[in-house]
Amino acid sequence: MKSKDTHRDHAEPHEHHGHADQRLPSDPALQVLALESLLVDKGLVDPRALDALVESYEHKVGPHNGAKVVARAWTDPAYKARLLADATSAVAEFGFGGLQGEHMLAVENTSGVHNLVVCTLCSCYPYPVLGLPPVWYKSAAYRSRAVIDPRGVLREFGLQLPAQTQIRVWDSTAELRYLVVPQRPPGTEAMTEERLASLVTRDAMIGVALVQPPQPGEPP
Amino acid sequence: MNGVHDMGGMHGMGPILPERDEPVFHHRWEARAYALVRAMGAFGRWNIDASRHQRELIPGAEQLRMSYYERWLAGLTELLLQHGFITAAELASGKAAPGEAKLTPALPAASVPAFIARGSPSSRESTRTPRFGAGQRVRARNLNPIGHTRLPRYVRGKSGVIARAHGVFVFPDTNAHFRGESPQHLYSVRFEARELWGEAAAATDAVYVDLWEDYLDAD
Repeated sequence: MKSKDTHRDHAEPHEHHGHADQRLPSDPALQVLALESLLVDKGLVDPRALDALVESYEHKVGPHNGAKVVARAWTDPAYKARLLADATSAVAEFGFGGLQGEHMLAVENTSGVHNLVVCTLCSCYPYPVLGLPPVWYKSAAYRSRAVIDPRGVLREFGLQLPAQTQIRVWDSTAELRYLVVPQRPPGTEAMTEERLASLVTRDAMIGVALVQPPQPGEPP
Repeated sequence: MNGVHDMGGMHGMGPILPERDEPVFHHRWEARAYALVRAMGAFGRWNIDASRHQRELIPGAEQLRMSYYERWLAGLTELLLQHGFITAAELASGKAAPGEAKLTPALPAASVPAFIARGSPSSRESTRTPRFGAGQRVRARNLNPIGHTRLPRYVRGKSGVIARAHGVFVFPDTNAHFRGESPQHLYSVRFEARELWGEAAAATDAVYVDLWEDYLDAD
């Protein structure tokens, strides 16, 4: 599905903003090209460093990191205790940390409590464990409603929680970055940590989904 | 500032549109814009709070119309101009001004992994005694600063309970304006959904907001 926030058709001419970019071409693709070439020309940017930054977030850092953390927490009670007490150190055991995950907090879903993460003021998100945020997480629709109508938001994601479940919404207003530790689904008792990690989704670690049990017929 | 970026509790922003198999970047220019923001941020001439505030200063109607990386690009361009990395004439021509000394060194590709791994921690060592402790009732101050703040409108004047003390962190309201880090204790404050939104909200639900000491009074 195309989302309005990012997929405007840039072939359409549009009015431009009353800011610095007024001095730039109206197409952001051309603006970025012009700016990068100017900064390279001035010796301020090494284009290979830009390549390396893009490569990191497209291919290295992503929700597969967070999934490893969650699977370890499910299988190793001592690790889970460390994760809930000091998530920054616990995720660092996997070598995860740094930019936009300097200070981490893990919040655990239980049978009575469901956690949901949002940043109402901008787009704060735990990069080292989840990568860069999806467009919907940064959208006005999600940021505005997650705090006032979390149950409505979850229903929109297809998740209807029992009325007695306590919902805790975490608004990332400071430099703490939140990771939801979802509940381990039933029917996974015999699974290896690696197999468990393959079940854990990005959305479950934001709190807009539950981790689904393996489908009948799937290998254990 | 009471800008459109402070969206918590607003209605009318439309449906949430998750995208199946979403790519990390939808266009090459988005990837380059993202990387430029990080590479130029590595010079340390501004901080994350200044960077956020610059995007908040984009006029509200424009912010809502622009895509996410368009806002990042606009914010970066303005910071580059303000901090003298580039001039308006250079931006218009796309070329370094003749005779202009080249500024170096740029962030080398080899340093990118270490740059990402290091990040930019916002906690600070301090011997300050925290004013509040876990379980204590507090009320968010009714502050309406014209500059940067991370005190969302929807909690101002509302009563909550300290859920956790995070330690001492850089204070965005001064740091964004280069008026110093003013490090102070930061807390996770639990607000009952009904305190924030009235009786229509579920009695079971709550919102946790990270708030600095200067945003809070004992209640």
